[in-house]
This record gives sequence, C-alpha cells and structure tokens, in this order.
Amino acid sequence: MDITTIIFWFLSVLALFSAIMVVTRKNPIFSVLWLIVVFFAISGHYLLLNAQFLAVVNIIVYAGAIMVLFLFVVMMMNLDNLPVVNKNTWMKFLGVISGGLLLCILVSTSKSATDMNLKTIVLKDGDIGLIENLGKVLFTKYALPFEISSILFLSAMVGAVVIGKKES
Amino acid sequence: MPVSYYIILASTLFCIGVAGVLTRRNAIIIFMCVELMLNAVNLLLVAFSKMQNIATPPGGVIVNGADAQIFVFFIMVVAAAEVSVGLAIIVMMYRNVHSIDINFLNRLKN
Repeated sequence: MDITTIIFWFLSVLALFSAIMVVTRKNPIFSVLWLIVVFFAISGHYLLLNAQFLAVVNIIVYAGAIMVLFLFVVMMMNLDNLPVVNKNTWMKFLGVISGGLLLCILVSTSKSATDMNLKTIVLKDGDIGLIENLGKVLFTKYALPFEISSILFLSAMVGAVVIGKKES
Repeated sequence: MPVSYYIILASTLFCIGVAGVLTRRNAIIIFMCVELMLNAVNLLLVAFSKMQNIATPPGGVIVNGADAQIFVFFIMVVAAAEVSVGLAIIVMMYRNVHSIDINFLNRLKN
C-alpha cells in the first residue's frame, strides 16, 4: 500500500467524520471547530493533488477568515437561553432519508458512466496547480473576471455594512 | 487513484451538507452546511482538473486543467463575499427576532 493511498484514506475518513460531527453537534461553536477540521482535511487533499495554491488559499480564506467570522458571530450572540420551538423528529428523519437518497442517486449515476470510470487522477504530479502557472492564466485569460470579482467584493462590503447597521 | 473514489467522497460530503440543511433549525449551522457543500464541489473540481485519460495513447491531447483551478478560486471569492453578507443578515435577524431559529421566520406564511 502506497503512502499516498494511506494519506488519501486518512484524509477522506477525517473529512467525512468531521462533516458528520458538524451536522450533529448541538453547540454551534463545536460545529465551527469541526468545520475547520473539514477544511484542513480538504486542504490536505489539495496538497495531495499538487494544487498548492488552492491549498494555501483554502486555509487562509476558509479556515482563517470565514471561520473566524463565524466564530465572532456565534460568540456575539447569546445562544444559551434560546426559546425552544417544536422539535420535530419526524422532519429530521425525513431530512436524513432525503440526503441518503440523493447520495444513492449520485453514486449510481457516476457508476453508470462507464467511460468515466476508466479514467484516473494523477496524484502528487503535474504542475498546473503551482502559483506560477495559475497566476499566468489568471492575469491573462481571466483578467476581466478577476477585476469584476473586486467589484463584487466592494458591493459585498457595502452590503454587509448597510445590512448590519443599526437603524436610527 | 480512480476518479470514482473522488466522486464518491465529494458526493458524500455534499449529501451530509444537504442532510444538515434539511435537519438543523439553527441558521448558523445551516449556513455552515452550505459552506460544506461548496467545499465538496470545489474538491471534485480540483480532482477533475487532474484527471487523465488512460485510454488515450501517449502523445494524445492532455487537457490543461488550470481553468478548473481558476474556477475553484473564483468560487472561493464568491463564497467569501456571500459569507459576509449572509452573516450580516443573520445578525440582523437575531436583532429583530432575538433568536436564530429559522422556525421563527414564518411571517410570510399568513
């Protein structure tokens, strides 16, 4: 058994277990912490695929910025004495059933694509994920979407301030 | 590594996110499950960008997969913008309703 295979299975099991913990924890703070574990496992997958730029961006943006924002919001709210509304276990059961059915559909559809299953994924090789190559593509072919995304960020920033502002 | 492993891993992560959105009533946890689904799709896109066809003979066309990784980068950009606005909406909802349970958001019902 190859070392990359062992790392792949370890990261997959870690990601799935942490994702289940995210969904099942009662306390939102534990959910946030488990979600950070999921993001680190996915970054490990990116490193395994030699997509180093995306691995670093994933850690910085998701585990660094977005999750800290979530933690801020969770800790800002006083979530201890919330009124408990109707806890519908029937709805939970139905939600899990529909998620499982969607998984069955996706897996069986991908199994039936026979020419897809002949293909394989190159691990730890290839240089398309390096910063040099991605930067060349990003600033030549995708320069216009890059600039448009900066406008998107500006509008998101203005929108967050306007929405979060206290009405006087 | 066969491509079906990555497909099954990413779709399992996605379906855990779907089940979380459907079962949980906490708005923040629902939002986190949406992030989980976005990350599952990102993982599958990166895996597809490194896909290589065994059936093509050596010297055949190898598709450059840099476009897929740029696409993942833009998904991350949009997700960051979405999170900032979405958390602002959740904070506003907490300020108005004093709860983040989505069962309280039923004013459109009647």
